Amino acid sequence: MEWFDNGWGLSLVVFAPLVGAVALLAVPKKDEETAKLLALVTAAVSLFFAVVAAFRFDYAEAGSLQLGAKLSWIPAIGSDYEIGIDGISLPLLVLSAAIVVLSIVYSWDHWPEPHNPKGFLILILFLATGMAGTFVAQDLVLFFIFFELVLLPMYFMIGIWGDKTKIRLPGFSKEVETRLYASIKFFLFTLFGSAFMLLGFLALNFRGGSFSIPELAEMGAAGQFDGTFAFLVFGALFLGFAVKVPMWPFHTWLPDAHTAAPTVGSVLLAAILLKLGSYGFIRIAIPILPDEAKSWAPAIAILAVIAIIYGSLACLAQTDMKRLIAFSSVGHMGFVMLGIATLTPVGITAAVIGMVAHGVITGMLFFLAGSMQHRYHTREMARLGGNLKLMPILGGMLGFTAMASLGLPGLAGFWGEFMALLGSYQPLEGLSVSVFRTAMVIGAVGTVLTAGYLLWMLQKVNLGEPKEEWAGHEFHDVDRYEYAAWVPLLISIVAIGVYPKIITGAANDAVTALIDKAF
Amino acid sequence: MFDYHALAPDFIVAGTVLAVLGADLFLPQERKWLSAVVGIVGLTLALVPIFTLAAGDDAVRSMMDGSYVVDDFALVLKVFFILTGYVVLLMSVAYVEGDRYYQGEYYFLVLASLLGGMVMASSRDLVTLFVALELVSGPAFLLAGWRKGDTRSNEVALKFFIIGVLSAAILLYGMSLVYGMTGSLSFEGIKAASASVAEEPVFVLGILLVLVGFGFKVSAVPFHFWAPDTYEGAPTPVTAYLSVGSKAAGFVGILLVSYVAFAGAPDIWGPALWILAALSMTVGNLVALRQENVVRLLAYSSIAHAGFMLVPFAAAGLIEGDSLNLAFEATVSYVLIYGIMNLGAFAVVIAAARRTGSGRVRDWAGLGSYAPGLGILLTIFFFSLAGIPPLAGWYAKFVMFLAVLQNANGWTVALAAIAAVNAVIALYYYARVVQTVWMDPAPEHVAPEPAPAGVAPSLALAFGMLAVGVIVVGVYPEAIGQFAKAASALAGG
Repeated sequence: MEWFDNGWGLSLVVFAPLVGAVALLAVPKKDEETAKLLALVTAAVSLFFAVVAAFRFDYAEAGSLQLGAKLSWIPAIGSDYEIGIDGISLPLLVLSAAIVVLSIVYSWDHWPEPHNPKGFLILILFLATGMAGTFVAQDLVLFFIFFELVLLPMYFMIGIWGDKTKIRLPGFSKEVETRLYASIKFFLFTLFGSAFMLLGFLALNFRGGSFSIPELAEMGAAGQFDGTFAFLVFGALFLGFAVKVPMWPFHTWLPDAHTAAPTVGSVLLAAILLKLGSYGFIRIAIPILPDEAKSWAPAIAILAVIAIIYGSLACLAQTDMKRLIAFSSVGHMGFVMLGIATLTPVGITAAVIGMVAHGVITGMLFFLAGSMQHRYHTREMARLGGNLKLMPILGGMLGFTAMASLGLPGLAGFWGEFMALLGSYQPLEGLSVSVFRTAMVIGAVGTVLTAGYLLWMLQKVNLGEPKEEWAGHEFHDVDRYEYAAWVPLLISIVAIGVYPKIITGAANDAVTALIDKAF
Repeated sequence: MFDYHALAPDFIVAGTVLAVLGADLFLPQERKWLSAVVGIVGLTLALVPIFTLAAGDDAVRSMMDGSYVVDDFALVLKVFFILTGYVVLLMSVAYVEGDRYYQGEYYFLVLASLLGGMVMASSRDLVTLFVALELVSGPAFLLAGWRKGDTRSNEVALKFFIIGVLSAAILLYGMSLVYGMTGSLSFEGIKAASASVAEEPVFVLGILLVLVGFGFKVSAVPFHFWAPDTYEGAPTPVTAYLSVGSKAAGFVGILLVSYVAFAGAPDIWGPALWILAALSMTVGNLVALRQENVVRLLAYSSIAHAGFMLVPFAAAGLIEGDSLNLAFEATVSYVLIYGIMNLGAFAVVIAAARRTGSGRVRDWAGLGSYAPGLGILLTIFFFSLAGIPPLAGWYAKFVMFLAVLQNANGWTVALAAIAAVNAVIALYYYARVVQTVWMDPAPEHVAPEPAPAGVAPSLALAFGMLAVGVIVVGVYPEAIGQFAKAASALAGG
């Protein structure tokens, strides 16, 4: 298995979907079965190797980069094909490979209009490569390429298969379809952020003479980046990652994009794409610019609690179920960012487990919302109700997942929130304790609000009597493709909840090593 | 002493030009397209001595007292012009045949203009440079008015001609001032003499006038106003050539005079080109937002790209030290990559305009649904122009930012910020075309495909070459980067 440890294994995880996407181009459009099979097989190959990587991974050395490689790529600018994973990347890599497979399984029989499975699958596979690549890249240029690679497929996914209802934008006389507005908004926001992120990467390269993330982290730990330079660079990276997370007040693209995207698009967005931003903070911004991270940390913490409270309150104002779940992401990512801002092992481990848990839980919620829309043809919560009576199994799953989302102990959502709050009780030495303890208290109020809006949603959607307009309708409960896609997610919600060591076992050592090195 | 080996590429293309003209005399009307084949064969032959030269030991071969030099820069640009010619000929065959007149002369003119670019890459004195530039421009004037039955084509050719002559006059006047002050025509001589005259207003004026002359050639704002009209009125393959070959020739000129001849006076051309760069990017992009016609949109986008290509110059002029090589490399990389993707974009315009019977963005609605191949190609080339990874355009913008930020000061950071904002603006109008093609509903009655169905084989070949180029360079930028780096040795000299 030596070949596997020399970078081939990770490269296969990243590029197997891309090979599948290219091969799909050759499949005739009419031959949907072949297209589906091909996509599933290549995504499964990617997942298989990700799981093999998890077994080959040396957990005793979780803090150092493993299974990596460094090959000459663009000597003209001094950038290499440098990859590798540590305990922070590993769970996210496996998560992204798994969510892609489940998305394809779910899609098997649920194609959004205008159909065209071939095109849809090609986009999913492109996304898979971009997401997995971001988690293994250890070179800033490579990271940038993968980070941007997800833009185009998601743009097309929202723009072509997205929501066709018309909206009127303030200040415009003509109506526009939601999908068109949401897709370009997503694209422009992200590109705006990443343009500045790129400038930050270049500046680091000039000061440090390298694009390699581990090398730059060494220099950062030695205090080589300081002064105005470091401040500006951190600001540029902050913009890029904060838009992606998204942090308040850069979040406005998120509700539109999530709501307009087709089900699978929302799932991938929520489960993986948002994590690219928070992962960027952990992997790049903090280790390379530790001193600046320290001075920005209170600001990040404040923005994070604003996001928690704002996201929750916004949820309470929604009438659209999918939009409610989208806003809940703003709040949950607030907890992740709060954990990161503490700069402590507990806080950042909380962020990692929070990212995985949010990926699994919110991914599941979007699946459920999509399937309900598929059956009811509406997302208006006022028209839903009594879902538990009409579709007991689906309703039960919704209740269960909502409980996980609100942070019920014993389920996956609990650990991220709990540990993030725990971390902010005692932030890194030198950070203002009063700011973080205040943040902790407000965050704790946020958990109550979170419980509030999720229970409110359950009450509106699941409980009560079915509305009269559905009388006489036959609703078929969860079908077999849905079972195949959802059961693994439900199992992992419980598994992470009762045995969080699945994630922290790898992440904790890696985070501790990262913090020890940086501070 | 002539170095025939070094001159062989230019001689072979010159021979090809004559062969095409001669062949036209003997070919019957229905087989005129064979003259394009002659041209393509000739261009292929010309690549052979270039490869042997590149593989040879002598890095620099200098002839005629240093007026004509074959070095890595010259070789890289010669290959670029030859490949541009290749693609333009492929794009033209079906298009020109459809119109049925003056086929032989058409290919003759394209190749002659191309030869001008090749000579230009080797020229190292003002007179050779000027003659080469005129050899690029002269045929281009005729090509722009090639559809003589079309008043629009006539009008723009005349416009292009008058502006061209004006810019040539300005350029020549500037050159005469520089010659008068330094007493030398060769770049090396000017460089050596410039230290003693750098403060003289006349010398400064000379440099600025030379830059203005080239500013017209590369259609930089505020010398750009001929470009959108000319691009729109000229036959589309000619527009493709103007926006790539002719513009690249202009950049070869600016590169040579700035980094070699005026190497002693970066404090003059640096700020001047800073202004041109900032204006071109901003005006080009903002006006492009409002365009309804695809060719006009690409015309303004090409003005904006000229601005991006000028950015490294501004940086090089404003900062000290060994930054020159990287700035030079950045512009060369940008020109090469821009060539590939812009030719691709125009090839798409030719095919899509034929398929839809219109050049307006709105008439391309739903093109992706009834011609998916064309839609995918359009997406690849337009997003590459926008600079989205992993398509080649990202690397062009990347090295541009790299060059401008290397020894950052207030001015260069400001320019980088302007460029960054412009990169986002540009995305919007490229994405608008892509959005129309993929996301807007197709009209109820799609016009039936004009016979013969499908994309002409020659155009399909051009598509294949360009699409592969855009993707390969995007994934493995070293494919372009190493050549640009080799070429940048010139700036360090």
